[in-house]
Amino acid sequence: MYARGLLCLLLLMVARVNATPQIQHWRTENGVAVFFVETHELPMLDLQIVFDAGSSRDGDQAGLAMLTSALLEEGAGGLSADEISQRFEKLGAIYHGQSGYDSSSVSLRTLVDTGKLTPAIENLNRVVTQPDFPQESFARQRNLALVSIRQKQQSPGDLAGDAFFATVFGTHPYAHPGEGTEETVQALTREAIKGFHQRYYVANNAMIAMVGDIDRAKAEQLAGYLTAGMAAGEKAAPIPPVPALTSEKKVVLEHPSVQTHILVGQPGMKRGDPDYFPLYVGNHILGGGGMISRLFDEIREKRGLSYSAYSYFSPMREDGPFIAGLQTRTDQAQAALDLLMLNLRQFVEQGPAEEELIASKKNITGGFPLQLDSNRDILNYIAVIGYYGLPMDYLETFTANVEAVTVEKIKDAFRRRLAPDRLAIVMVGPGSQKEGGTD
Amino acid sequence: MKSKRSGIQLTSGIILFLLWIGFFSGSAGAAGKEYALDNGLKLIVKEDHRAPVVVSQVWYKVGSSYEHDGITGLSHVLEHMMFKGTKNHPAGEFSRIISANGGSENAFTGMDYTAYFQTLEKSRLAISFELEADRMRNLLLPADEFAREIEVVKEERRMRTEDDPESYTQEVAMATAFQTSPYRHPIIGWMNDLEAMTIDSLHDWYQHWYAPANATVVVVGDVDAEVVYQLAIRYFGPLPAGKPVPAANRSETEQRGLKRAKVKRPAELPSLLMLYKTPVLRNHPVDDSNTGDWEPYALEVLAGILDGGNSARFASRLIRGKEIAASAGVSYNLISRMDNALTLSGTPAQGHTVADLERAMLDEIVDIQTSLVADSELERVKAQVVSGDVYERDSVFYQAMVIGMLETVGLSWRLADEYVERISAISPEQVRQVARKYLVDDYLTITELEPLPLDGHAPQDTTGGQGHVR
Repeated sequence: MYARGLLCLLLLMVARVNATPQIQHWRTENGVAVFFVETHELPMLDLQIVFDAGSSRDGDQAGLAMLTSALLEEGAGGLSADEISQRFEKLGAIYHGQSGYDSSSVSLRTLVDTGKLTPAIENLNRVVTQPDFPQESFARQRNLALVSIRQKQQSPGDLAGDAFFATVFGTHPYAHPGEGTEETVQALTREAIKGFHQRYYVANNAMIAMVGDIDRAKAEQLAGYLTAGMAAGEKAAPIPPVPALTSEKKVVLEHPSVQTHILVGQPGMKRGDPDYFPLYVGNHILGGGGMISRLFDEIREKRGLSYSAYSYFSPMREDGPFIAGLQTRTDQAQAALDLLMLNLRQFVEQGPAEEELIASKKNITGGFPLQLDSNRDILNYIAVIGYYGLPMDYLETFTANVEAVTVEKIKDAFRRRLAPDRLAIVMVGPGSQKEGGTD
Repeated sequence: MKSKRSGIQLTSGIILFLLWIGFFSGSAGAAGKEYALDNGLKLIVKEDHRAPVVVSQVWYKVGSSYEHDGITGLSHVLEHMMFKGTKNHPAGEFSRIISANGGSENAFTGMDYTAYFQTLEKSRLAISFELEADRMRNLLLPADEFAREIEVVKEERRMRTEDDPESYTQEVAMATAFQTSPYRHPIIGWMNDLEAMTIDSLHDWYQHWYAPANATVVVVGDVDAEVVYQLAIRYFGPLPAGKPVPAANRSETEQRGLKRAKVKRPAELPSLLMLYKTPVLRNHPVDDSNTGDWEPYALEVLAGILDGGNSARFASRLIRGKEIAASAGVSYNLISRMDNALTLSGTPAQGHTVADLERAMLDEIVDIQTSLVADSELERVKAQVVSGDVYERDSVFYQAMVIGMLETVGLSWRLADEYVERISAISPEQVRQVARKYLVDDYLTITELEPLPLDGHAPQDTTGGQGHVR
């Protein structure tokens, strides 16, 4: 299927608020924070346990967090991988483990009939609190990690992404890819995995988000089951702040593709950042607003240079990246990069026009009900609110915060936070000898 | 989900993913209402009052399977051009109006359909109808806009296909497997057809296929069906019906023997695609005495037995167990205008070859042809269908998607209501029967990606960049 803009579509797939959801909050007996929204329209429950156990905790063992996450369902409490997956799937429950920069999480989607709900929750508790990390599973999953590292080598987009993070974050824990590298993954041991689990998959380092067709009493009971036997442990130490780039850094990588992938950016902002709203709304105008954004208009609509042309801030615990990107036929890559840079510079220097701001505000506030129209969306929001400690009225105040943004606030925030002469610039594509020519 | 591996189905990955969820579920028809306008436009409305949101989709019966050699990619390029202005709304205004109303919008093209959608706060449905009705008949197709947009589509093709070895291999696999069926064409079109495309051909294509009689409007959300019907009469009603057009229906000639293809591209990992020609759901199941109308459901169950989760056979036996595959998946598309395929795909694990993986997958096919699947496996698939039926309703977009897809391939959207029941009725014997009948060498096409070194010379540019037409 070909979509006119792939990103938009994917976002839409997972795209409910009747007014805004009421978030209930408490702690389990062993101290895990729970964020819960009751929705009774469908007889299902979505939940996620989030641990501060992302790749920023890898240290010099890049790949450790992701491999630990992948191994959870490979054997736990004496059950094999087959038995664990059978116990979820015969109930129609869907288990999913994932690992990012800031966190690793397990999620579960299940029906709420008692015959299904409790066994699914118990199985999830087993996976999280009693993983066995069998030796043969460790060896196999490590090999699979190596395969996925190799697979990225054949994708110019993936190569550009990895080079971009390495360049923007330098020696910061956000610099390395979650998969790790061939060398670091080869060096991982089962003992390191067990140690990582013992250190980070603990109550004081966890939070739970739940959305679905159960009442508060049931939710408290389930949260208790989920965390039963979970060691208290210790909260992970804060990760260091991200240093700003001190000069432009350009990285050009050779790849036998027909397009050159271009990524430009720098450390951007964190979750709960004081400049969040002016940066978010400003970027909607610049390159985040899909088919009405400046980058889309200048690069794609007016010149046909690229299928996608975008920018976004990816707020994380510490400053996550600001990224602008496109991909184009190699002989016009430099021209496209120049155009991208020109637009970034102009935006930082001059800010948006008043009518652009009005248009973006209308889109963001008018579309707010769309952001929360499914249990899945609500789950994602409360997981972020809970995990990053955003204000509990974040959703209620969202629209007012967007409305309060002015052209001046955007200009001020962009000037302070983005420096067009100190950007990381990554280009991945065929070498200059191929420029302008083909066979 | 069905097609777990990333990459291998990039060109159609989204749709396969959707199909699996949709069709391991299928409550779409529940509580829907169907209306017909005098000009032939069909309207299907499903009320869902969970959130104050409405999704509106316009589905046209046209896509790459309506194209022929020389004009491949036309439907998809036209989809892009549908954003380029009408007499009443100049280029870009459609998107600006939807955006200013807080909407999300996009469009997608498949083998059997082209669809346009907006998701909006519920009170703003009329905005969508007004704009969609306008571009159903009044598109301008300016030559200068086309000149730029065709370049965008070429860049899209370079990104999705030329520079993605697995996606490139998928394209070759379809073109090899299908001999006369238009499913041999890539949805995005061959590069040389994109190079040769003209604005006149787009005009003709638009005039031919874009009319009320060839369109289905699907609305799901916090609306009153009768009010939506009145809105549809107001906005779409005045459009002239257009001439009814018979669909292009060139069928596949029978395959008589195994086909093989090899693709050499700069890549790190080899990969394997094994494509078996299979039947799909039919409008009139009794019109072909050889094809039981239960067969597509049995194939759906078979796909679930092999790849319906981490406890399914491929994960349990090929990824774990024999440790022969780094990834292994099955895709089967039972909603399709014409006979399509069940595809096994995978990447060998380190220390194994594509030949090893091929043998292991064939062994799995033999197993399912000789031994009955266990009751526990069948029960697992059925439990997933029952739960999927609930999960699907978490997304209004998704519900609309299932309705639109069924209608546009010529089936009834009400078929979705039968889905859980039909799947639940499948027996182990029926699974074995379809495996014996369809998963045979004579209907098989095997395509292998053989990696060339990534650090060697840049590959020949076959994309015709710089006006370089071969």
